[in-house]
Amino acid sequence: MAFSRRSLLMGAGSAVPVIAITGCGGSGGGGGGTVTFLVDNNPNNIAASESLIAAFNESQTDYEFTMETRPGGTEGDNLVKTRLSTQDMPDAFSYNSGSLFQAIRPVQNLLDLSDQPWVDRLAESFPDSVSVDGKVYGVPHGGSNSGGVWYHKPTYEELGLEVPLTWDDFIANAEAAKSAGKHGVIQSYGETYTSQFLVLADFHNVATANPDFAEQYTANEVGFADDPTAFRSFEHVEQITKEGLVNEDYVSTTLEQALAYLATGEGAHYPFFASGISEIEANHPDQLEDVGFFALPGDDAATNGLTVWLPNGIYIPGTAENPEAAKAFLAFVASAEGLAAMAEGAQPTGPYMLTDVPLPDDVPTAIRELQTYFDTEGATTPALEFVSPVKGPNLENILIELGTGSIDAKTAAQRYDQDVEKQAQQLGLEGW
Amino acid sequence: MTAVVSTELRAVPAGRENGERRRSNYLAKAYPLWYYLPAGLLFLVFFAIPTFASFFFSLTRWSLFDWEFIGFENFRQFLSEPQLIGSLRNTVVYAFLTSGAKVVLGMALGLLLTSQIRARGLLRSLVFFPVLVSTIGVGVMFTTMMHPTDGLINTALAVVGIEGPKWLADPQLALISVALVDIWKGVGLATVIYMAGIVAVPAEYYEAARVDGAGAWSTFRRITLPLIRPATFTVITLSLIGGLRSFDLIWAMTSGGPGFASDVIASVVYKQYQAGFYGLSTAGNVVMFLVVMLIVVPLNYFMRKAEVDQ
Repeated sequence: MAFSRRSLLMGAGSAVPVIAITGCGGSGGGGGGTVTFLVDNNPNNIAASESLIAAFNESQTDYEFTMETRPGGTEGDNLVKTRLSTQDMPDAFSYNSGSLFQAIRPVQNLLDLSDQPWVDRLAESFPDSVSVDGKVYGVPHGGSNSGGVWYHKPTYEELGLEVPLTWDDFIANAEAAKSAGKHGVIQSYGETYTSQFLVLADFHNVATANPDFAEQYTANEVGFADDPTAFRSFEHVEQITKEGLVNEDYVSTTLEQALAYLATGEGAHYPFFASGISEIEANHPDQLEDVGFFALPGDDAATNGLTVWLPNGIYIPGTAENPEAAKAFLAFVASAEGLAAMAEGAQPTGPYMLTDVPLPDDVPTAIRELQTYFDTEGATTPALEFVSPVKGPNLENILIELGTGSIDAKTAAQRYDQDVEKQAQQLGLEGW
Repeated sequence: MTAVVSTELRAVPAGRENGERRRSNYLAKAYPLWYYLPAGLLFLVFFAIPTFASFFFSLTRWSLFDWEFIGFENFRQFLSEPQLIGSLRNTVVYAFLTSGAKVVLGMALGLLLTSQIRARGLLRSLVFFPVLVSTIGVGVMFTTMMHPTDGLINTALAVVGIEGPKWLADPQLALISVALVDIWKGVGLATVIYMAGIVAVPAEYYEAARVDGAGAWSTFRRITLPLIRPATFTVITLSLIGGLRSFDLIWAMTSGGPGFASDVIASVVYKQYQAGFYGLSTAGNVVMFLVVMLIVVPLNYFMRKAEVDQ
């Protein structure tokens, strides 16, 4: 025989490195003066981005921008990481600020934008969420979002209730609504992520009780099970489900059904994002003024305040083919014209992160009223995921276990503290 | 069938062995080792290398951008997850429940559909039809039908005065509900395998039994059941492996919920991948590989032995 099986295998082995799979590099931005902006496929973001790109292309003649969409959620996280690691990222892309931003290795993958003129105009709470070691890597993509409680205004008027400033008042209102034959608090475990708001939107209260919570949490010095205020939010989830204040079908209710309960007054309260306004506007346009929004109340009425979700950042990858075009685009995104163009496509869900641009006049009352929190000293706190990179993937399901009575609040809090360990280790944080 | 083949093999006279060798020499000349190269390369690049790479990455903390070697830390982490015990139990329950039901129902339907009944062809296609439908489609359809208040199943039960269970919304029942759908979808394939096995049993055996005065039960017990054993083994192996690594139907119907009530190993691994714990989820895949091997290899050995003994 010409050669043995062994030599065949050896030959094949040495051939492999030569034909090893290579990344599909270089096709990122496209040529011929067109530049691509990658944005997630949320319908509002698409509408806002279309209108933004059209306005930018009209405002100058040097560059032609086009839009590319990607999935949102964890699928989007993986897509962004994969495209960055294969050097296949378009010249400008929108992605979460805060902890998810930290996970895409900004120093290694992104262009430092600290020298851009818009950096000085950023609202105080934003830059930290897109910065590493004091260097800014992103521009805010549109308005902020908030976590809190939606309520049905006509129900409040009918029952003579007032917007609660403490958790006990909130429970009293929910009980009053329940006695009137409505769902006291709507929950929608059919859309798992919506189970988290009683915990995540409570962070303003946690941070007012312990201003160093985020720092200590990142350093593994404190957790949800051993900080009394943080633990209370787990007890809240247990309380509303145990006391039967929730809608009967809460385990299978979806977000759409939950917002329908709220808009039609079948339910009195729904803890969710302020951005729920766009779904309400789309599905219940006539009830748009029947809904209001308040901050999730804590123990002390005097420190009542709102937990704020900072907008996505728009970033430029280090491998950008046309960084000048991308920088011009980002500057436009930070301008009053750019924000106005986005608002034409989809209205903002909360105040902007640029100090000199006010909200448009035609936003619904519930959103305009949020400005009061932003204008009050110390009444807004960025959500924990923007001030600490530590966030576990299983919070939503742990809270559903808690809410369906499979485990108690203490076990749930401990499990979540254990869950975040993986994220902290993955990021290589100290103290884990 | 296999029994027949193996007797034939045993009957091969010793003198034939020489001829066999001459034939394989000829084969080696006509098809030199070069011919293995394309297939071998494909196998190496797409199967062997990724497999060994995954064993390696299961020992690292991997972020897609870079990796850090951490020994068996991922396995410690994976095996200390509070949800892991639940998901291991769910995996085993799900696999054995669906596999057992497919054997019993598949055999019953196989017997029914090989007997002389009306509309046999139509019934055969009806039983097989669910196998052809996309799993995700089936999952979405049944999720809607199993909705506790608005779903078709519970509204139908309400008409006759029964208050249906909450199916997927009840943590105690969610896994069983998904398993029921899996059985509905998979029983058609088991039935076809059984039908083939039953048809292959020679009619003479039944005639002889009838002459001896055997009733329907003892005919089934003493003739059909032992002679369709190869079909049973095929159904068990296929459905057990399918059940152990089952993911698509569970993900489409409950995503492992409510909470972690219907999580199986595959969905835990998938969620870890989603969360960006690439090293950890690779370690989870290695664990799943070991679990499947641990159950299937002894089972396969036992069934092969039983087959030869026949």
